[in-house]
Amino acid sequence: MLRPLHKLRGLSLIALSAVALFQTPAFAELTIEITGAGANRIPLAIADFAGESGGSRALTSVIRGDLERSGLFKLIDANGVALNESISPAYADWKNRGADALTAGSIGPSADGRQEARFRLYDVNKQSTLAGAAFVTSAPMLRAAGHRIADVIYEKLIGEPGVFSTRIAYVVKGGPTHYELHIADADGQNAQAALKSREPIISPSWSPDGSRLAYVSFENKKPVVYVHSLASGKRIVVANFKGSNSAPAWSPDGRRLAVVLTKEGGSQIFTVNADGSGVQRLTTTAGINTEPFFTPDGQTVYFTSDRGGSPQIYSVSANGGSAARVTFEGSYNVSPRISPDGKSMAFISRRESGFRLAVMDLASKQVQILTDSYKDESPTFAPNGRMILIATEIGGRGVLSAVSIDGRIKQRLSIQAGDVREPAWGPFTR
Amino acid sequence: MKRFIAPTLLALLIAGCGSTPDGPEQAGAPVESRGGNVATVTANGIDGRNLPAVLTDPKSILSKRSIYFDYDKYEVKSEYKDLVTAHAKFLVDNRQFKMLIQGNTDERGSREYNLALGQKRADAIKKMLTLLGAREEQVESVSLGEEKPKNEGQNEAAWAENRRGDMLYSGEF
Repeated sequence: MLRPLHKLRGLSLIALSAVALFQTPAFAELTIEITGAGANRIPLAIADFAGESGGSRALTSVIRGDLERSGLFKLIDANGVALNESISPAYADWKNRGADALTAGSIGPSADGRQEARFRLYDVNKQSTLAGAAFVTSAPMLRAAGHRIADVIYEKLIGEPGVFSTRIAYVVKGGPTHYELHIADADGQNAQAALKSREPIISPSWSPDGSRLAYVSFENKKPVVYVHSLASGKRIVVANFKGSNSAPAWSPDGRRLAVVLTKEGGSQIFTVNADGSGVQRLTTTAGINTEPFFTPDGQTVYFTSDRGGSPQIYSVSANGGSAARVTFEGSYNVSPRISPDGKSMAFISRRESGFRLAVMDLASKQVQILTDSYKDESPTFAPNGRMILIATEIGGRGVLSAVSIDGRIKQRLSIQAGDVREPAWGPFTR
Repeated sequence: MKRFIAPTLLALLIAGCGSTPDGPEQAGAPVESRGGNVATVTANGIDGRNLPAVLTDPKSILSKRSIYFDYDKYEVKSEYKDLVTAHAKFLVDNRQFKMLIQGNTDERGSREYNLALGQKRADAIKKMLTLLGAREEQVESVSLGEEKPKNEGQNEAAWAENRRGDMLYSGEF
């Protein structure tokens, strides 16, 4: 009974239309399919979880928050009535409220004395169960269970994995000598500092398994590339050659990193093993070659170079060779990041004196500008490719902004006490 | 560590739900260890030590350490020739001293690209020093990009102050 959105849009439309002839409130369902952008959201009711009220509130609000922020669901008011997953819902009532999908669940003690969250997802129109799962957790980890449930709901209804259980890394500048590298849940909650420093930290990059971060730290008065294991706090220096060491990017197999070194003159891209051994030069053209990024198949490296007189994006085989120019429009195109499916590239383009988030379809080379900001930086794709997180500036303060790949949905994450910058969206953890 | 158990159970649950959606009756998957804890590390800075007065006395030309650049320019301007020459002479006369040149840029544009631009400025100063007799192994050119602005303002005056190369001696870095 997995019915992704695109199938709902196509195949189910006829079925829903037929139903509409006999049931009055059915117009709500039809408008989802046929009206414009704003009406594409799936009407979803998330009833309060049954069980102890504190746990229920926490769980329900995490799930609602996740799904609402995705911009793909219209949350139907559930009237504050708790609904246990073990009781068949009154489908007709929920249909009258305009819900196409409904979740019910409960939270209670598990056999081992922890908390067990159970839920079901219902198709209101077909009066059937779409999904169900149970997660055992301790009370402080209820949020994590909520994110897991939101992921299941998202995947069933949208047809692609949710990213609510993933994590993001970013840098907070609290003052001129106060920098922290934070790891937080994808909703910005539960932030923990992985590194505190008096000197800047830039360019965090997640290892493909999500256990380590590569980044550039200036704690030794010059840029040095580290790989930092998050659970243990153990750090290793991956590149500290004479000159500057920067712009780390993991190969998809997690064995090598592309880095930028100036030890041989100019800024050149090298590859290096994750332990710092096996340094190999990749680019040879004089001048600036920086911001390397591997394609998901590991075969190609995109990067920024000034070889043509202005900063533009190029691609080169991961084994070296001659580079091909990728961007042509405008005089400043930087920070290439390839989408998880390898089909598009997010980058920053200077347009009308503003630095804006752009996306290029790599097959057609078509470019779409997604923002009208003046200081967008450091794009990073969500692991499902649906959103792009960027750093930008609002009212002179650094904030993070998540933008859907069609530019329609925008979310903002900011921190009261400082500038937030250098986002990196972590991988799915399997 | 139950790290690998949770996803497996979840996968089974989801797979099970695909055909016969009866999930909640099955055992719950633990979420405890996933997303695990993050250990905080504090990076230690470097303490400077005393330098000879000739490098720090405001009356000495060698106390001047900054060279400013024009917008989008990476050559040392002629007005800084005497300053660079004086530092080159000090390095020639004091071979035990090393120098770190930090290039800087204004804040506009990509951080990593600005790091590369700052490197160009530091490299230009280094090249001049070595042409004037400083040894390659005495001088290291690095970049701080836009990360350490001298002036945090967002206007041309501030940006001009930040388009800069700074010369640091052993003990200052």
